[in-house]
Amino acid sequence: MSCHFSDPLNMNTTGSRTYLFTKGIDSFLKGVTDASTFTVRFFKESFLPPFHFHEVINQSFEIGLKSLSLITVTGFIIGIVFTKQSRPSLEDFGATSWLPSLMGIAIIRALGPLVTALICAGKVGSSIGAEIGSMKVTEQIEAMEVSAINPFKYLIVTRVFATTLTIPVLSLYCICVGLFGSYINVHAQEATGFVTFYHNAFSSVSFLDINTSVIKSIVYGLTIGLVGCYKGYNARKGTRGVGRAANQAVIVSMFLIFLEEIVIVQITNWIRYY
Amino acid sequence: MKEQAKHQINLEESVIAITGLEKSFDELDVLKGVDFTLYRGENVAVLGKSGSGKSVLIKIMVGLLRPDAGQVWVLSKEVNELKRKELDALRLRVGFLFQSSALYDSMDVYQNLSFPLVMTKKQLTKKEVDQEVYEALDAVGLTEKVNEMPADLSGGQRKRIGIARTLILKPEIILYDEPTSGLDPITSGEINNLIREVQERYNTSSVIITHDLTCSKHTGDRIAMLLDGKFIKIGSFENVFASKDEAIKSFYNYNFIQESHARIS
Ligand SMILES: Nc1ncnc2c1ncn2[C@@H]1O[C@H](COP(=O)(O)OP(=O)(O)OP(=O)(O)O)[C@@H](O)[C@H]1O
Ligand SMILES: [Mg+2]
Repeated sequence: MSCHFSDPLNMNTTGSRTYLFTKGIDSFLKGVTDASTFTVRFFKESFLPPFHFHEVINQSFEIGLKSLSLITVTGFIIGIVFTKQSRPSLEDFGATSWLPSLMGIAIIRALGPLVTALICAGKVGSSIGAEIGSMKVTEQIEAMEVSAINPFKYLIVTRVFATTLTIPVLSLYCICVGLFGSYINVHAQEATGFVTFYHNAFSSVSFLDINTSVIKSIVYGLTIGLVGCYKGYNARKGTRGVGRAANQAVIVSMFLIFLEEIVIVQITNWIRYY
Repeated sequence: MKEQAKHQINLEESVIAITGLEKSFDELDVLKGVDFTLYRGENVAVLGKSGSGKSVLIKIMVGLLRPDAGQVWVLSKEVNELKRKELDALRLRVGFLFQSSALYDSMDVYQNLSFPLVMTKKQLTKKEVDQEVYEALDAVGLTEKVNEMPADLSGGQRKRIGIARTLILKPEIILYDEPTSGLDPITSGEINNLIREVQERYNTSSVIITHDLTCSKHTGDRIAMLLDGKFIKIGSFENVFASKDEAIKSFYNYNFIQESHARIS
């Protein structure tokens, strides 16, 4: 039974299988242990030379360019729509002057990082899953291995670093665009000036908020990179394996992002009111 | 066998020695006790039906798969006991041509060839890398494709680039997984000559996996028949196919019939 846990790629198991619990639970547990082993390996290998800085930069650019336009459009629209939607409620209390602060809090604390992470999970996560997956099923990863190149370092570590570095930047960008969208709407309705808007928007945002926002994005970036790479690296043979890897990369990373959001919000609330 | 005079086989020194090798996947027993020796300077052609475990066998030789039982000695090292660094050092001395060519499809032909060089021999200058790349491309006769992407190449061209990528690290042992499958007879013939040429020029030892009798006859100093997870016969081409064994006979006849059909039509 121990073979379920010590043999991540399931290459050496022989004979008929015995299950610890049921088939479903066993395969779930196996998935969790494999993913943890993968994560631990990532941290181990990222500290050992050789480092492929050049490849990290290449990948970062690719990720950034791939999602920039979508983030611009989405961020801008979200800024406008949320402002529009929040106005009536504030008007009831005659508090429309609070609109900039409200949008500041909403976009900086929650919407910016979350929307960026979800877009990148869809766009970047799936493409990493598909790319690594197709390299796996067409034996390109094995080809690296037999040329004495460590594919884990060259492909996985670099991509995870790239997402971890790029997604916080994209998320700050998304915040700026979102606030700009919000400003456009506020300006159109209440003729608030640019400086006043930003002054108000940032007045209720603390250093802790911005910090948390950046840390959140780093965690999301790490998640998207790790999940995409893990799913690709363990893709099954065939074209269906590649599609499945891409698909799973998106689903699993979105799920984890929501989970992490809840945990991080809880932790910051403790810090805030402690 | 005029070719044999040009290179010398050192029967004292084995570069690959395998004993009692077993490998299974879940419930499927693929290799059931393989014993095999490859001598320095020798080419052995491995024949066997599709799915008989030929690719698995050579993947075990370079540590891509782990055997369930048995020992695998390559260049006097037991492959499965090596640490990562030692295994990498060994892999640099062993070339591997994948059945699917396994070219990196995000890179063009030049980068495909230069990548292993640049990554493993950092001291090389740009000029030296250039020279090595063109030399390897020249060997497979595809210098004009240097800037194309693998997706734009034909299957046979991809295979030849795969061979060039294998040659570029100047290995002592080369493992070819079906170098001529899917190629026309003329190109196959060129590849066969290339394999011989490489053997003579660099005194490499090779294992050549193939279905193709012409290829095995032309490139192999010895032929090994893999059947049912074991080598049932190893020896010279004439020797192996003089055998009374039904399986070997049918393998020969089937290929022979196919070839004569091809000649008629
Ligand atoms: N990683 C793997 N996981 C599970 N089964 C495998 C794996 N690799 C190979 N097999 C199985 O082992 C058997 C032998 O495969 P192998 O690729 O060695 O055949 P082959 O002799 O090279 O055939 P071909 O001439 O068609 O290439 C096949 O039945 C295959 O399904
Ligand atoms: Mg094969």
